[in-house]
Amino acid sequence: MTSNRSGKKSQWFGTLRRLFSNMTERTIVSLIYLCGVSAIIFVFGIFFFVFREGAPFLKDHLDFKSFFLSPDWYPTSASNKRYGILAMLAGTGSVTIIAMLVAVPFSLASAVFISKFCGKRMQEILKVMIELLAAIPSVVWGFIGLMVLNPLIVELTGAPIGLNILNAGIVVGLMSVPIIVSIAEDAIRAVPDTYLEAAEALGATRWQTIRKVIFPAAKNGLLAAVLLGVGRAVGETMAVLMCTGHSVNIPFDGEAPFFHILDSVRTLTATIAAELGETARLDPLPDGAYPAEALHYQSLFVIGIVLFAITFVINLIADIAVKGIRKK
Amino acid sequence: MSKFVKEMIQGLVVVGLAVGWVGCSKKGSQDENVITNSGSDTMVNLAQMWAEEYQKVKPGVSVEVGGGGSGVGISSLMQGITEIANASRAMKDSEKAQAKQNTGKEPIEWIVGYDALAVYVHKDNPVESLTLAQLAQIYAEGGSTDKWSQINIDITSKGANDEIVRISRQNSSGTYFYFREHVLNNKDYKSGSRDMIGSKDVVELVGKTTGAIGYSGMGYATEAVKFVKLAKAAGQPAYEPSLENVASGNYPLARSMLMYTLGQPEGEVKEYIDWILSPAGQKVVEKSGYIPVLSGRKE
Repeated sequence: MTSNRSGKKSQWFGTLRRLFSNMTERTIVSLIYLCGVSAIIFVFGIFFFVFREGAPFLKDHLDFKSFFLSPDWYPTSASNKRYGILAMLAGTGSVTIIAMLVAVPFSLASAVFISKFCGKRMQEILKVMIELLAAIPSVVWGFIGLMVLNPLIVELTGAPIGLNILNAGIVVGLMSVPIIVSIAEDAIRAVPDTYLEAAEALGATRWQTIRKVIFPAAKNGLLAAVLLGVGRAVGETMAVLMCTGHSVNIPFDGEAPFFHILDSVRTLTATIAAELGETARLDPLPDGAYPAEALHYQSLFVIGIVLFAITFVINLIADIAVKGIRKK
Repeated sequence: MSKFVKEMIQGLVVVGLAVGWVGCSKKGSQDENVITNSGSDTMVNLAQMWAEEYQKVKPGVSVEVGGGGSGVGISSLMQGITEIANASRAMKDSEKAQAKQNTGKEPIEWIVGYDALAVYVHKDNPVESLTLAQLAQIYAEGGSTDKWSQINIDITSKGANDEIVRISRQNSSGTYFYFREHVLNNKDYKSGSRDMIGSKDVVELVGKTTGAIGYSGMGYATEAVKFVKLAKAAGQPAYEPSLENVASGNYPLARSMLMYTLGQPEGEVKEYIDWILSPAGQKVVEKSGYIPVLSGRKE
């Protein structure tokens, strides 16, 4: 009798427990699922938000020609408000180019060395060091540009001020080294050792092996690495705000040497960072039109959309390049 | 698909519950006697000193001070996030209208002190004085002065480049607006100035760059820079930013430091503003390097 009852009880408990564990199981599975898809939700959420804030400007005030081809950025002018981002596009472009000139040779060389030509211990030390490089916050890099490179550049070049493309290019270049090295290293590691052995058997020098065997075999991965480095350079904000001089200026002109590396410039990202904080988000007036002051805030979001488009294209190309490796 | 939706909803419910729980547990920590005060970068040190001093006068009330710039203070006032906004420029009509639309109250302006907007150069720069017209030639769009030699200043002997390195502020700053209105006569700035995002950054960069010129609040002076004496017009005497020259009205770039409240202040906020305007509050202004309202300055 008692055993029967306890049996019934345990049965009942069993069912409850199963039900409960089934529920927790399902809840946890769905939670993990939600975490998995959250990236998509966030990306679309951000996309939606940026577009919504920039929409009134896109709809009514965006004059493609003056927006992209005019260097005049006067969103708060008293008499003649102008929204031209050409100077900032040129600034972002020139800083990125110099950064890549600094970063690419440096990173590819160290990737080759780390993955193929150094001892196991050296390899571990170097990898940890390069990861440490990635852990330095961008404001600290900016500080290095401001305090160390700035006086050094003035001293060495006689420039009026050391906050310029060269300074920001060096800083951003060094910042993108870790990301390029880590991806390039994976790509080079994927090149079979038999290739190297074959090259050696043919009597190739190390340099010939690198140039004629390793680089061609790993070229997709290396391209992806460089493009992700470019993405990093385009998106960098704090360090470029501190190191470029933050000046609306096009560093190109018709006179030789055509490109002035010692000019101060301003990037798209830094403009948003510097101006958005103090710019009021104004609602439309009762008649539905926006006051003229509201356009500044909206135009900053349009710059955000432009940046979004640039990095999206870069990442897409990098992605396609990486897919290229997998196919092989 | 229906399974997908079901799982999504389940997940959302769990997250919602968690967030709700956290949200509830946070309630009740709100202090009754907190005055929120934010805005102008020029005034942030002063506002902090007021808050600390007021703590001694009325220990039961704490004032939370935030910086960010005049624009930040004004936009938080418009959204009703802050009770008192500090500003180094007057609110624009569009901003007043927006504040009224959002909160139903008209912003009210209080002059709480004066600042002399100082023009700084590097301490090695031989320049002594400039006229407002010369400054406009340096800074304004279409202005012809780009080199120190054009105004007969020999900077190259100090080892610097002859180019005038114009240091300015970001285009949403209250100081930027003030300088544009009073020096450039509302003309735009020349493109190519280095635009810093803080009053302190301007002075620091001038201190590090021999050929630089910049403008910022007089309270930010350091040893690496010096004030340029300013004259209203050529041939008139030039004055440096000081209490006497601002009080007498001789210094041409003296500006009001403002506070804004939504509607007539009541209770603690009213008492705080009254105290700021009292001799005790104004003494703090003097201590922080600015000029008190009671100095008898002529407008």
